[in-house]
Amino acid sequence: MRALRYHGKHDIRCDTVPDPEIEHPRDAIIRVTSCAICGSDLHLYDGFMPGMKNGDIVGHEFMGEVVEVGSENKKLKVGDRVVVPFTIVCGECDQCRRGNFSVCERTNRNREMAETAFGHSTAGLFGYTHLTGGYAGGQAEYVRVPYADVGPVKIPDGLTDEQVLFLGDIFPTGWQAIVQLDPQPTDTVAIWGAGPVGQFCVRSAVLLGVKQVISIDNVPERLAMAQAGGAITINFDEESVVERLNELTGGKGPEKCVDAVGLEAHASGTIDSMVDRVKQATMLETDRPHVLREIFYVCRPAGTVSVPGVYGGVVDKIPFGMVMNKGLTIRTGQTHVNRWTDDLLRRIQEGQIDPSFVITHTVGLEKGPEMYKTFRDKQDGCIKVVLKP
Amino acid sequence: MHHEGRLSRDRALGLAEALGWFSIGLGALELFAPRTVTRALGMEGKEETVALYGVREIVTGIGILASENPGPWLWGRVGGDALDLFSLAGGAHADNPQRSHVGVAMATVAGIAVVDWVCAEALQETRPATTPPRRVDYARRSGFPQGAHAARGAASDFEIPNDMRTPDLLRPLNQTRH
Repeated sequence: MRALRYHGKHDIRCDTVPDPEIEHPRDAIIRVTSCAICGSDLHLYDGFMPGMKNGDIVGHEFMGEVVEVGSENKKLKVGDRVVVPFTIVCGECDQCRRGNFSVCERTNRNREMAETAFGHSTAGLFGYTHLTGGYAGGQAEYVRVPYADVGPVKIPDGLTDEQVLFLGDIFPTGWQAIVQLDPQPTDTVAIWGAGPVGQFCVRSAVLLGVKQVISIDNVPERLAMAQAGGAITINFDEESVVERLNELTGGKGPEKCVDAVGLEAHASGTIDSMVDRVKQATMLETDRPHVLREIFYVCRPAGTVSVPGVYGGVVDKIPFGMVMNKGLTIRTGQTHVNRWTDDLLRRIQEGQIDPSFVITHTVGLEKGPEMYKTFRDKQDGCIKVVLKP
Repeated sequence: MHHEGRLSRDRALGLAEALGWFSIGLGALELFAPRTVTRALGMEGKEETVALYGVREIVTGIGILASENPGPWLWGRVGGDALDLFSLAGGAHADNPQRSHVGVAMATVAGIAVVDWVCAEALQETRPATTPPRRVDYARRSGFPQGAHAARGAASDFEIPNDMRTPDLLRPLNQTRH
């Protein structure tokens, strides 16, 4: 089969590899009909996430048709159409029973590596480093899905791939980012980053009925899309984020803030971001936390900060005194995808939202390597890429 | 659109990264052990100049590693190589017992200068096109089939899970739970 494989920094190739096989009775094999490049895939592409090996199959946002099931899998049958959440979950451990699926205690088959890095193991993820299990990803013609009697979401007839594909990652990620803010009708929610997750944060905040949604970015196309979804926009290249947020909130600052940017923040005009870039390049820190610093500064005292943006390691000069003295609450985490999928699928079926709005490019799998560049460089109006194996 | 030269942009960027680290390593040696360098070259008394060149190398190396477009920093290295060659030439006289070392150093610097030049030129040839990016209008992509107005609050039936609610201590005393 064909699959996109990691061969080093800035080197993703469409290679021919052996087809996956059932390895455990709970497995299933999925023929991928649609997959997507996620913003967090770019952290692999740019070489900022440790734990990748030459030849790893990438991709964690995918869906398709079941073509083979293991003998113990009573949930799926051949021919079922499913979206596969990027977190691999057992459904039985203490964390899964609490709904904390992204920190499933059983599915990371490289537990020791994760424990060394994070203190405790987190869930296995598709196509996302050996720290999270080293599982083959979904930017391929076929994928082996472990614990397939738990994770995959069956898709009813009548919905297109484009409407449901993002249930596997960015839609629930944007949704959880807002839900964990405990949004209130009187709240202003400010969202840094208008990439795909930022776009779903905007829609989720609107659906959940907050007073005011503000989207912060510097790419005009992204800001136009965020505005279409109901956000007030701030282009940080053209105006001061802090001043504008204070203006929009009567000087009090937003109650709720979201970092939908993560470890590769671009803010070339600020001193701290320049220092971050130098330190990251010389391995004195791993991530660039400019957005977090700005959020902590501008967030209203006793406010809440949600961080769906991916961070991988250590960050410097985080003003923790601000966090403590302002009494901020911080909520973070990879997405507990299965916790939200039933509800979000219903909302898609009822026509509350059509997630396909975010797709700007649809190409064949073989063009994937080229699209990594296009997406990373925000060329050609690219916001979200769907690949068709 | 990228224009491919002798080296692809990705390979040139990889080479630039290696040169950046080399620059930092050499710079650290020159800055922290200038005497070792001058003694090996028979150019004692030039320690301050060597240390200054070390600072130059470190700054250039960091510039290459930290920049999204390291091309100008690579051209800076080419200029630095010329300066190094000029300075080394001062030690290539017959009275210098270490002049053979100076000769080796000059040949090495000349070789590195060629690599710097090729890399800088490749980055220049393969730089992203400067034509204005295609502007796409996404102003109608709301994602809400029934319109953005109807969508506002459409999911207010959703109950926030207990573990994700704002701690009561941080909630306004007069606010009931939504």
